[in-house]
This record gives sequence, C-alpha cells and structure tokens, in this order.
Amino acid sequence: MKILVCVSNVPDTTTKVIFTENNTQFNTAGVQFIINPYDELSLTRGLELTEKLGGTVTVITVGLADTEASIRKALAIGATDAVRINATPTDAYYVAEQIAAYAKDQDFDLIFTGRESIDYNGGQVCGLLAEMLGLPSVNVITSIEIDGTTANVERDIDGGREKLTASLPLVVSAQKELTEPRIPNMRGIMAARTKPLTVVEPIAIEATSASVGFELPASKGSVKLISVEDAGTLIGILHNEAKII
Amino acid sequence: MARSQKLAAKNMNILVFAEQIDGSFKKSTFEAVSYASQIAQAHNGNVTAVVPGNVADDKLAALATYGANKIVCVKHDNLNGFNAETYAKVICNTASAEGSSIVVISNTYSGKSLAPRVAARLKAGIASGVISFPNTNAGFVVRRNVFSGKAFADVNLTTAVKVLAITPNTFNTLENVQAVNIVNAESGLTDVDFTTKSVEINRVTGKIPLTEAEIVISGGRGLKGPENWHLVEDLANALGAATACSKPVSDMHWRPHSEHVGQTGITIKPNLYIAIGISGAIQHLAGVSSSKVIVAINKDPEAPFFKAADYGIVGDAFEIMPKIIEAAKAFKAG
Repeated sequence: MKILVCVSNVPDTTTKVIFTENNTQFNTAGVQFIINPYDELSLTRGLELTEKLGGTVTVITVGLADTEASIRKALAIGATDAVRINATPTDAYYVAEQIAAYAKDQDFDLIFTGRESIDYNGGQVCGLLAEMLGLPSVNVITSIEIDGTTANVERDIDGGREKLTASLPLVVSAQKELTEPRIPNMRGIMAARTKPLTVVEPIAIEATSASVGFELPASKGSVKLISVEDAGTLIGILHNEAKII
Repeated sequence: MARSQKLAAKNMNILVFAEQIDGSFKKSTFEAVSYASQIAQAHNGNVTAVVPGNVADDKLAALATYGANKIVCVKHDNLNGFNAETYAKVICNTASAEGSSIVVISNTYSGKSLAPRVAARLKAGIASGVISFPNTNAGFVVRRNVFSGKAFADVNLTTAVKVLAITPNTFNTLENVQAVNIVNAESGLTDVDFTTKSVEINRVTGKIPLTEAEIVISGGRGLKGPENWHLVEDLANALGAATACSKPVSDMHWRPHSEHVGQTGITIKPNLYIAIGISGAIQHLAGVSSSKVIVAINKDPEAPFFKAADYGIVGDAFEIMPKIIEAAKAFKAG
C-alpha cells in the first residue's frame, strides 16, 4: 500500500483573523500554525491502513520553509517520509497542480486530502487532484477499508450517508468521523528528526485566480435581552420584529 | 485575444448543473438556476441547465420557471445516482458543446465533489462557497466565505471559463419564466467510466438536513446531558427546525458528529439560529455567524455568544426552554 497524504499548514482554530496591507494580507504575526485538522485525520487513517496492510505513508505539502514544523509533526505522528514543494500556495488549483506533477509517476494507491482547509475552506484539492491524475475520487469520507484493489468507503451526502466501492488508485477527502487524531510520542518525535524530507521546486504554471482582498463581517449591534420571566415572548418577537418565523 | 474575449462576452452562455435526487430537483438547484439567470440578464446571455439522470418532463419544466432557456438531459442508467467522475464528464461535454463561459454549481456535498473536477477538466478557475454575483467592472470578482465564516475574500477568476460553486441558502429563487428548448444528449459513457459504485444510500427521513434548514436549534454543554435533548427537539419540532450541537457535545457522544456545527464541523447559515447552553467559543461562532438572526440562551451573562447574538436570554435553560416551547406550539397552532 503506497499512500500519499496532502497536508495544509493552517492557523490554529483559536486565531483571531486580522488583515493588513489595506485588507489584502492575512496577518500571520503571533499566529500559531498547525496541521489542518482534517489532514491530521487523513494521516492517522493512512497509518492505520499501512499498519494493517503494510506499506508507506508519504506526506506532501506546498509551502515555504516555515511549514516544516508541521511536516516534522506529521513525521513524528508516524509518516514514513515527507515532500515539501517549495512554493507559496496561491490557490487550490495551484496546489493541486503541484501535487499532481509530483504524484503522477509515483504510483500511489491511495491519496488523502482533508475535506477542506480550515482557513480558505475551498474543499477543492481532492476533486482537482483526482481529475488532473485521471483517478476516481470520493469526498467527505467517514470510513475507508481496503479489500485488494477495491476501497469500501462511506461518505456524507446531503441529508444522509452513502456507502460506495471504488477502485484503486483513488483520491479521497477526510471528514471528521474518519478516525481520532494521534498524538506523537517521544519516540516518534526523535525518529522524525532523521526521517527523509525532500524539498522539490515547483513547476511553472499559469495562475487561474488572484486574491483581490479581504473583509471582516460587520459586527452585530448590541444584543437585545429578554428576561427569563418573559422568555415566551421570544417567539412573538421573532415573528413580529425580526420577521424570521 | 481581447477581441475573442469580447465576442465571447456578447454571447455569454451560462451552464447550470441541475442536481436531481431520485428524479426531483431540490431548492438548491432552483437557487443555482435563478443565480445563473440573473447573471445572464445582466450580461445579455442565456442559461442552459444540464440534467444528468432521469427526470420526468413535467418536473423539468420547473427549470424554465427559474430562467433556463435550454435544458440538456443526459440519460444513462448509471447516471440516476450521483457520481462525481461521470457527472463531471457530462457537464464538461455539455459546456464544450454549448460554448459555456461560466458553470454554476450549488455547493452541496455533491456539488463540492463535482465542481473541482469540472474546473480541472475545463482548465477553469474556480471559486467555491460563493456568496455574491460576479463583479465584472475589473475582471471577474466574486466574494466567498473564508476562515470558516470569520471573514470574506474577494477573488478574481482570470481564466476564460469560470466555475462558480455557490453556497446553498444564500441566493433567493426568482421566477423568470422562459420559453425552453429541451434536448436529449448522449452521455458517451460506458461501464468502464463508472469506477465508483454506490452500494447503499441512507437518508434521514422526516428530519430536515442541517445544511438546508432555515431554522436551527442547537444545544451545548449547558444542557447537562443527552437525556435533556427533548428541550432542543421539542422546540425544533414546533418550529420545523433542524437540530445541531456544539463540539464538546459531539465529542462526548451526546449527539452524533453530523450535528456538530462550528469551524471543524459544519458551517451553516440559516435564517434563525437558537443556541442553548453554548458559550460561543470563537470556533463555534465561526460556523454559525452568517446566520441572519441569532438567539443565545445561557446562564452566564459574560458568555461570548451574547456579543454575537441579536437576542439573548440570561438564565437557566431548564426554566427558560419550557416557556419558549409552549409559546412556539401556541404560535404554530394559532
């Protein structure tokens, strides 16, 4: 089993989002970066599969040298080796093209992405990458088992769940229930220092989008308080004043 | 180059993916057709809806009600259920045949798996989670939610063909009846194209899916245990709402993960969000702050949720909820 796990380096979930340079840049000052939580689930599930079936788990990220803390953590959790494509990830299309260029002649059986990154929330890399590599894809999966060259997966659909079979090689994106994240132990952390981390230069590609700027949502006016005694009047207020029910 | 772009703009063809489930369209499909129709009106264009899978003729007509000028039906036994790879092929074949410069897809779970595949096949720039109409004054700029609702980003798509995956429950359906031309197209697909196969589909029946709900009632740790969830469910039933929960609640398995809203759960934007016993941590607010009206019920007057809410009740949920449930039942009955 040869597994590739795509990892995005994202601001911690407690980050207060601030923009600078006339609202064109995300302010990273003082921001703690982490492995995207869905990617961490992918990595753990990848490790569980190779522990059962044998094989390797390679993590790949598109990012500059400042992403290496997250990569080392992925190696400490248990990845076999890591690849960093030395470029700023400008949009999902760019990231997918870089990963596709690396993966196309590597014969991975299974490629994991997260269902989305918690910063830009595009949820695009799974589908883009699959199409670029000419592979099937199943997104937002909550379980995956491998049976020979077939994957049995479950995915979230609108209002429910679907069970599917898909032929390998396959690209999937991880949804929350896939597994529980693993915490690296001391042995893993020590081992991570000597595991291979290959830095690859990006291929030249034409941009498909350009970021124009950001804006924070307008803050709400002050909250209108209703007393506990009058709690029942909420329904009338929502109907007559807010006109929402 | 500039000349050909100008010509293309004159005959702007917008393709909409008309998602069907068991032969019927959902509200999100009509939202997407209405969205496309409004772009077409602003740019002297026309709207083609592509329908993979079997839909009865009388149901197809609804697409014209919302502004489709042409409907392309692509029938194949294996297309009746959603399949990302083959649906992407069908949509891209139709886009090429129609000369479409914009492809509109509702960002449902199916749409989320489909839109990027379509973009890669068409070598098109893609924006997902779109919440605005395109601004074409300088390029082709659309607004989308980022940082799980903590901010908006404006993105300029710089390719000739663009894919817009629009957020459900964001754009109104708008009637704009068109004389419609319904055609059938060959799928060109063979069995080997279907590399993923659906084995079983379980949809929750009798419950409103969280992502489609206009009203959501949500509970947190303040409800003290799963045995008290009738307070959430009773109000939800009275108002025809979906139920949700905070991360700690799903982590403790009081409620299924599928109900967890927030930054690492589901992002929702209902008309009304009522949070009961949820403090309003930044990660939770990220997933719900786009709701039109927010009501927070919490015993702690310092709970951050009161800063994000329109209406608040400070007090014991076990005292407050029965009063609200009673009033809601009376409201529905009356």
